[in-house]
Amino acid sequence: MKLDTSGFETTMPVIGFGSNSEMLDGVSSVPSFDLPRTTDFDGFQKKSVEMVKPAKGTTTLAFIFKEGVMVAADSRASMGGYISSQSVKKIIEINPYMLGTMAGGAADCQFWHRNLGIKCRLHELANKRRISVSGASKLLANMLYSYRGMGLSVGTMIAGWDETGPGLYYVDNEGGRLKGDRFSVGSGSPYAYGVLDSGYKFDMSIEEASELARRSIYHATFRDGASGGVASVYHVGPQGWTKLSGDDVGELHYHYYPVAPATAEHVMEEAA
Amino acid sequence: MECVFGLVGNGFAIVAADTSAVHSILLHKNNEDKIMVLDSHKLIAASGEPGDRVQFTEYVQKNVSLYQFRNGLPLTTSAAANFTRGELATALRKNPYSVNILMAGYDKEAGASLYYIDYIATLHKVDKGAFGYGSYFSLSTMDRHYRSDMTVEEAIELVDKCILEIRSRLVIAPPNFVIKIVDKDGAREYGWRLSVNDVTTAAV
Repeated sequence: MKLDTSGFETTMPVIGFGSNSEMLDGVSSVPSFDLPRTTDFDGFQKKSVEMVKPAKGTTTLAFIFKEGVMVAADSRASMGGYISSQSVKKIIEINPYMLGTMAGGAADCQFWHRNLGIKCRLHELANKRRISVSGASKLLANMLYSYRGMGLSVGTMIAGWDETGPGLYYVDNEGGRLKGDRFSVGSGSPYAYGVLDSGYKFDMSIEEASELARRSIYHATFRDGASGGVASVYHVGPQGWTKLSGDDVGELHYHYYPVAPATAEHVMEEAA
Repeated sequence: MECVFGLVGNGFAIVAADTSAVHSILLHKNNEDKIMVLDSHKLIAASGEPGDRVQFTEYVQKNVSLYQFRNGLPLTTSAAANFTRGELATALRKNPYSVNILMAGYDKEAGASLYYIDYIATLHKVDKGAFGYGSYFSLSTMDRHYRSDMTVEEAIELVDKCILEIRSRLVIAPPNFVIKIVDKDGAREYGWRLSVNDVTTAAV
């Protein structure tokens, strides 16, 4: 497994202390990187890997049905107990017919999905045909596998439509890759599974499926503190993906459970 | 936890594996096939970390194919098992693979054989073997009822006994199993044992 070490190469030439510059002429720079300034280097590495682990505070889901693939996600980013953003784009557009969902480290997911998009485009140019969803997810799984144990935090689903029809794969930072019809990833995923599994039918219309996806995300954001913001719903069909809706879950709550105006028994009136 | 077990009978070898893909408390998938067909007459049943399991077994499968292309001869089960163990051993002290493997195969000279290869590169040729928490229940069941000249029907009865024992006694028992068989006619799927169907057309 060859790692991509292009980030390690420095552009600054290595110059020794007070040595003759003639000796260093023509000597190429040595690949190097700065070590962190800490007394406990081994423990520091382990701590930074452990710090990223509890992440994946999110709810994303995707399922295959008669009309294609439905993909939905919330939009909250949290750092421990602090909500750092309510408007994160967790559904990443890899190319016009493939979507990826983000759970885990935002930077990791954004970078590796962009990287996957590049690899998919290169495949198209080299082979004069689009890459399959199976192939794209395998590329991502292999890339993540080569970095296993190094603290990447990525729990993603690759959803798309290729020659064999709709495709859905789950890929994570341990290098696992699963093909399936229904997945939900993130801290709110058990809640989403509860609503998704009980309401799922293969023969749904696009409206029914998008409502099921939206409802599942809403219920997960209701119970899970690390999920919230806006519930985005995308549909992937034979012509590619389209964004169907993006509703604030706070507003959705009152839409599903409107507050009946309470009848007052005693009304205080202004003294005339 | 993942349950894999297998046994050798009269001219055949059977392996069974659970089919759950688990992530902490969540069951992502209950029809994941963990028994890979290595070549026409060999099977690998693997359990372990998800990335390692697929990547390592595919690596072994491709190398076995490569040997066949280069030399015009397929590897024997013993050779494939020793190759697999060698790869695990080489990687062990640098970048270990967390995979436990039961390799079943049929050769014309050696007949049916089963190899037990665990994640620290132990290799044993065995008549019956098992991995995972399920092994605590299936090993003794197999020890009690196994005979070396079992027919396919008797062996499947024993496999079903083990699956029943695992289902009833293991606290987080996997619901579904897949059974594959290899004999002189090749390696193929024998059947599934489903207690939970994947709900794709619920009449709710």
